[in-house]
Amino acid sequence: MPDASNENKGAIARFLAAPPDSVGKTVFIAVTLCLVASMVVSAVSVALRPLQEQNKLKDKQANVLQVAGLYEPGMDVLEGFSVFEPQVLELATGEFSDAFDAATFDDRAAASDPELSVALSDDPAGIGRQSKFVTVYLLRNDDGSLDKVILPIHGYGLWSTLYGFIALEENGNDIFGLQFYSHAETPGLGAEVDNPRWKSMWNGKKLADDAGDLQITVAKAVPPAGQDFHVDALAGATLTSVGVDNLVRFWMGEAGFAPFLENLKAGEI
Amino acid sequence: MAQTKRDLLIDPLVDNNPITLQVLGICSALAVTSSLQVAFVMALAVTSVTAFSSMFISVLRNQIPGSIRIIVQMVIIASLVIIVDQVLKAYAYDVSKTLSVFVGLIITNCIVMGRAEAFAMKNTPIDSFIDGAGNGIGYGALLLVVGFIRELFGAGSLFGITILPTVNNGGWYVPNGMLLLPPSAFFIIGLLIWAVRAWKPEQVEEREYKIQVVEGH
Repeated sequence: MPDASNENKGAIARFLAAPPDSVGKTVFIAVTLCLVASMVVSAVSVALRPLQEQNKLKDKQANVLQVAGLYEPGMDVLEGFSVFEPQVLELATGEFSDAFDAATFDDRAAASDPELSVALSDDPAGIGRQSKFVTVYLLRNDDGSLDKVILPIHGYGLWSTLYGFIALEENGNDIFGLQFYSHAETPGLGAEVDNPRWKSMWNGKKLADDAGDLQITVAKAVPPAGQDFHVDALAGATLTSVGVDNLVRFWMGEAGFAPFLENLKAGEI
Repeated sequence: MAQTKRDLLIDPLVDNNPITLQVLGICSALAVTSSLQVAFVMALAVTSVTAFSSMFISVLRNQIPGSIRIIVQMVIIASLVIIVDQVLKAYAYDVSKTLSVFVGLIITNCIVMGRAEAFAMKNTPIDSFIDGAGNGIGYGALLLVVGFIRELFGAGSLFGITILPTVNNGGWYVPNGMLLLPPSAFFIIGLLIWAVRAWKPEQVEEREYKIQVVEGH
């Protein structure tokens, strides 16, 4: 019976009328649906990519501005950001490198490039591979002398890698601010790293004591070194706090920005 | 189905709410309700995904082979979720940052799948669209109620605007930290289900019947 009625119809109608459970139709529907779905998803992704990249860049720049204390709500981020002087820094030597264009150098891509990064054996920050080069931002006074340096830092917290910036005064020891622009810590607990009140505690702290030993800690109790080196841990977010402690100490230590900070103190920047 | 289109849209709000009556989509309701703004965007995202996935699945319902129907539904739902995620990243970057993985997890939301399997496979595209939208809104309404309670008493703010100045910021309100943790949503949803069933006792009886109809957890 179905055969007789099908003879009068075109190929498409015959196909539509075929029982959905036949092998041919199952395969056809599966393949077609996957093709259509993947095309739609790729098209949307490609079409929206420029906007997304722009958002990401703008967000990062807004964070550099914030950590330097220059951000005001509603400001033109791109214009405000132009006061910074981006430089690609070679971590091992602590000197600026001309091998890359600072405006386009991508730290995160470099960290996964075997040529440009090293696998860490001693890895308290939990980052796996560390880029040999990072982009830092210099803020200069009107007379050209250095005002602040903004250094990128990242490391593992509880659930996620926290990406952020630390702003240091020109002496390379006083902290002006610290801010994370990307993380996925628990809202209300670990995500309190974004709390303005907590962030403001970093202002005025010092990295190292007079003997040059790195003393800054994020902890519940004030360390022996004293109040100047202590940032209170986040209540209810011990592991995130430990992560922040580790990553700040890692990046400010020998494997991180220590050579650069030495140069900074020596006035060579 | 003797339901009118209006019933399809209104019913899931209280009488047939996906969370309080069908007890679906609880997992994501725990995760995204710690602040109202996130809950609101999540409600919008889930509503659009449920509505459109139901519609597309309904369009294809006579052609979907029974043996792979769940996978076909998943592909459609997953594609829509990716699109929503991409659109959020492009046009609402800050919100998408706070929502992070939760948008992707709409795929696993039982309500979306439940409506596709229970309604869209048997009804016309327009009815399915309305049914999906209604269930999404019903889910969203509950998210907003839970989010309202959690954000107000857990953080002292609504939509990020301070209502009760907290001690941390120099105010007087000592926030209830537990409300910011996912388990608190369990208590709130439990109390809400109790309240709704006390208000509409007929839901208590309907419950056993409904639970047979809907698969989920």
